[in-house]
Amino acid sequence: MLYFSDLLQYSDVFLSGLKTTVELTVLTTILGVVLGTVCATVRQYGNRASQRVVSVYVELIRNTPFIVQLFFIFFGLPAIGMMLSPWEASMIALTINLGAYSTEIIRAGLASISKGQIEAAKVLGLNFRQTLTRVIFVPAFEKIYPALTSQCIIVMLGSAVISQISVQDLTYAANLVQSRNFRAFESYFVTALLYLGLSILLRFAFNALGKRLFAYRASN
Amino acid sequence: MKRLTKLLSKTLIIAAGFSALSASADVLQDIKDRNLIRIAVPQDFPPFGSVGTDLKPQGIDVDMANYIAKEMGVKIEIVPVTSANRIPYLQTKKVDLVISSLGKNPEREKAIDFSTPYAPFFLGVFGSKEVAVTQISQLADKTVGVTRGSVEDLELEKNAPKSVNVRRFEDNNTTLTAYLSGQVNLIATGNLVAAEIAKRQPQRAPESKFMLKDSPCYIGMAKGETALQSKVNDLIKGALASGELNDISMKWLKAPLPKGFGA
Repeated sequence: MLYFSDLLQYSDVFLSGLKTTVELTVLTTILGVVLGTVCATVRQYGNRASQRVVSVYVELIRNTPFIVQLFFIFFGLPAIGMMLSPWEASMIALTINLGAYSTEIIRAGLASISKGQIEAAKVLGLNFRQTLTRVIFVPAFEKIYPALTSQCIIVMLGSAVISQISVQDLTYAANLVQSRNFRAFESYFVTALLYLGLSILLRFAFNALGKRLFAYRASN
Repeated sequence: MKRLTKLLSKTLIIAAGFSALSASADVLQDIKDRNLIRIAVPQDFPPFGSVGTDLKPQGIDVDMANYIAKEMGVKIEIVPVTSANRIPYLQTKKVDLVISSLGKNPEREKAIDFSTPYAPFFLGVFGSKEVAVTQISQLADKTVGVTRGSVEDLELEKNAPKSVNVRRFEDNNTTLTAYLSGQVNLIATGNLVAAEIAKRQPQRAPESKFMLKDSPCYIGMAKGETALQSKVNDLIKGALASGELNDISMKWLKAPLPKGFGA
């Protein structure tokens, strides 16, 4: 027998968990993509030294487990005097994680822009910054938009791990409720549905944003 | 058939004889007569009882056993037991006393008798010296680390003020790490865990703030041995008064006996 009604008294716990997960997701998605854009630009067009720095960052993050990065920030950094709250530590860990992965994705987009297009911009008298923002970024992002969307959703789902450092997110809520009423099936089933809903919503949001960003397609 | 009946009746007579014997026996007198006390101690439960690097049993229970033997002026035989067989050892008279981190509960009280408590065993809130709390109501607006779903977690939820910020971690080790790294300055846990932290990181030894749930250890003995029971109780009382019990607690638990212990 299943007793979903046993979860009703914990609806506040689930709601506040959901709120935390949404807040962190929105914030880290924005910050992570900005970080990724900056790093990808540096890696593609920067000088050798700055390219090296970005490579080290990207490879370091992409080749270590997220939970280890999180524990290092939360439990490790206090040893050198950096005491971060669970929320801050998660925010930073998620952002640098998404930043590293999105760097690689966005760089692929930048690399796909043909040299001729950039030279044409130069001929037309656009400076580098104008070339970037008006000629390169939009088609580059358009190409990698589905991959970027997926990566943001992966990070959102991966954020479940932050419950391990006592951030009261959606997974924390599920674990807490499960430890109180031992209704494992019901707690995790509802939580899975909530994550599914969040993923679908996030994809919708990305699609809507994409329609606006790449509106020039529709007009020609 | 006749033989079997005979055998059965013989067995019954012998059994009856034994039970009559044991009912009238005075274990305290036996101990004095044979000049030897046999005491069951754990061998796999530090800091109560474990095997040291010299292969000798050591721990709170071993120290307590030696103290009892010394005060009684008899030789001692240490019998290592496990938590599952410590009460059967007593019931089958293989030992005279069980000093094996034994807690009291109604089922056990039906089977054996207990002394007064000799060692502290409790769940409580522990923390660094700077945090001044002495009772649960003072936890308001404070942050406490705890292992999710543990008894201490449930006790906190039931009794602590609503404004307490409880940070729940996955397992005991993560809770300890949160305390050792300074992410939380108060943790709810058992006094053994707190002792373990004190041993590993003396500079951040957590001090006991208050108890959440108390279940001290008692010395177990066979039922109805009133002479032995009062003798053991006297010895514990003496050890409490002389500071011997406190010394044992300091030695193995790195903390003094809780206030009002044994009262």
